[in-house]
Amino acid sequence: MSVLVYIENADGKFRKSAFEIISYAAAIAQQINKPLVALSIGKVGADELAKAGQYGAAKVLNADADQLSKSNPQAYASVIAAAAKAENAEVVVMSASYNGKSVAPRVAVKLDASLGENVISLPDTSSSFIVKKGAYSGKAYAMVELLAPVKVLSMMPNSFKVVPNAVTAAVSSFQPAIDSKDFAVTVKETVRASGTISLPEAELVVSAGRGMKGPENWGMIEELANLLGAATACSKPVSDAGWRPHSEHVGQTGIAISPNLYLAVGISGAIQHLAGVSSSKVIVVVNKDPEAPFFKAADYGIVGDAFEVVPKLIEAAKAFKASQN
Amino acid sequence: MKILVCISSVPDTTAKINFTPDNKEFVAAGVTFILNPYDEVALSKAVDLAAQHNGTVTVINVGDATTEPVIRKALAIGANDAVRVNAVARDSFFVAKQISDYVSKNPFDLILCGRESSDHNGSSVPVMLAELLGMPCVLFAKSLTIDGTTATLDSEIEGGKEVLSVSLPFVAGGSEGMAEWKIPNMRGIMSARTKPLTVVEAVEVAQKTRLVSFDKPATRSAVKMIAVDDAGKLFEMIREEKKII
Ligand SMILES: Cc1cc2nc3c(=O)[nH]c(=O)nc-3n(C[C@H](O)[C@H](O)[C@H](O)COP(=O)(O)OP(=O)(O)OC[C@H]3O[C@@H](n4cnc5c(N)ncnc54)[C@H](O)[C@@H]3O)c2cc1C
Ligand SMILES: Cc1cc2nc3c(=O)[nH]c(=O)nc-3n(C[C@H](O)[C@H](O)[C@H](O)COP(=O)(O)OP(=O)(O)OC[C@H]3O[C@@H](n4cnc5c(N)ncnc54)[C@H](O)[C@@H]3O)c2cc1C
Repeated sequence: MSVLVYIENADGKFRKSAFEIISYAAAIAQQINKPLVALSIGKVGADELAKAGQYGAAKVLNADADQLSKSNPQAYASVIAAAAKAENAEVVVMSASYNGKSVAPRVAVKLDASLGENVISLPDTSSSFIVKKGAYSGKAYAMVELLAPVKVLSMMPNSFKVVPNAVTAAVSSFQPAIDSKDFAVTVKETVRASGTISLPEAELVVSAGRGMKGPENWGMIEELANLLGAATACSKPVSDAGWRPHSEHVGQTGIAISPNLYLAVGISGAIQHLAGVSSSKVIVVVNKDPEAPFFKAADYGIVGDAFEVVPKLIEAAKAFKASQN
Repeated sequence: MKILVCISSVPDTTAKINFTPDNKEFVAAGVTFILNPYDEVALSKAVDLAAQHNGTVTVINVGDATTEPVIRKALAIGANDAVRVNAVARDSFFVAKQISDYVSKNPFDLILCGRESSDHNGSSVPVMLAELLGMPCVLFAKSLTIDGTTATLDSEIEGGKEVLSVSLPFVAGGSEGMAEWKIPNMRGIMSARTKPLTVVEAVEVAQKTRLVSFDKPATRSAVKMIAVDDAGKLFEMIREEKKII
């Protein structure tokens, strides 16, 4: 028996979320007293693979077949299921990233397992196996018991701390049979905004809404985000109007995020917006209307005009950055 | 072209969510149920595609009789007929199994879902369904065009998108932007009453999950207001008081 963790790479590098998910899986492995095995799919260098050991993975399977070099949920699910069988895994863990969400339910079906999707904390394994996950779009949590002998978990990014726990990672090649039927989807083009921080994984997020009046005013939002090392986000009407890309739209019909800091400028705080951001650890709201509903869901509030407050925050962020160096 | 759209009935996005005192059940009394917003987008797309490709749209829901108003709404938007699998949607695997069982007996060229339901937010049904049917799945589809038997889709990925090409049949999860939302007109609403709605019985599925209880997020402590002139102290304050930056 073992705990298997699938770690995602981006262009051959592991992101912070990969170390977060290893730390999480390592904690489960310790809790149920089973060894931890990590699985990497695609082309990742030896130095990078060894990093898995820094967070507790003593064994790393490296599925680096040429056909797997491009992300493909169907094929990856087959590889993960094969690794789970080879390692006799009792728990299979991955990130609830876009890729993870497209993979985990397939793995659960292949293994006849129970699926706990978007879990936000360690499972309760004291007498059965109970996971906690978000429900009703951020308005509640559900505690769900996973009944099948094998459990597949996808974890919401940013819900577990990266815990260094150095062991030596023994890397071995893993080459399961590859089924051509898994390659029915062809990727014709990948468009990625380079240099930006991935919003679902971001620890700090600066977000703005209709109060910014128009796309030409986003320069100061981007400047503030850059200084803080934050990702940028927006409300739905802003992306609907084409002021910002849809990929930045957070909320009930956008993406749900749980950063350490969510700083919202000129956003009223409609219930559908809150649905996507209410699990942020600290929320700061800047709005010129003292009655804006968002203040009720905030930790810090500044009543004022964005065009006056944001420049002050930019200066403050510069000073803050300087004080940290 | 035969298109199937999987629809779920969910609490209105503005609804207050309440549970029974033992926190074991959601209290549906007083809550308005709506067609899951993403499913509405997927359905709107399906209606457009059917018009372009001389096709038909069937909607399927796994639910008890209380979901019928939402099914009628889908018929008013433009679906030709509807199927309800008569069972409470126990969990995503249960739902996916019911739909895959129906589809294996009644094949479709295209199956559209929403990218997630707004009640349990699993994003699992479309992927499980595709796996059970041995089909590809594009879970986060932002656009979809079909030419002959080949589809082109924009799929959301971390920090960008992929342009994908896939042959029919397959499963896709609809996101914002896939289609303009259709508002049912009077004729649609009138005709929805007489469009066929078939009720089928559920197949048996081994239980994989059990809902133990619900919980509400801890309420935040009262907001701390900062004067505009003190805005410059914000980050220091957060560092000292919250230790997160
Ligand atoms: C089914 C459904 C799903 C939805 N899903 C989402 C979703 O996922 N995400 C989402 O965001 N919304 C969603 N919405 C829309 C939501 O209801 C709100 O309409 C939306 O969030 C409002 O966006 P906003 O706060 O940017 O704009 P507004 O509500 O117009 O608020 C603008 C705010 O800016 C303030 N302001 C104006 N000028 C200034 C200034 N100079 N300085 C400072 N503040 C200023 C105003 O006081 C106001 O509070 C959904 C709605 C529905 C019906
Ligand atoms: C009384 C009750 C008890 C429940 N108990 C549990 C429980 O114990 N554990 C649990 O996980 N969930 C439970 N649910 C939630 C319910 O089973 C969910 O509707 C189901 O799990 C699918 O949710 P999802 O979030 O995985 O859907 P998602 O995978 O997020 O939905 C994506 C898409 O799949 C399609 N879809 C989803 N649901 C349906 C449906 N019912 N019919 C047709 N198409 C659909 C839609 O296209 C939707 O946009 C319960 C619900 C009820 C009413």
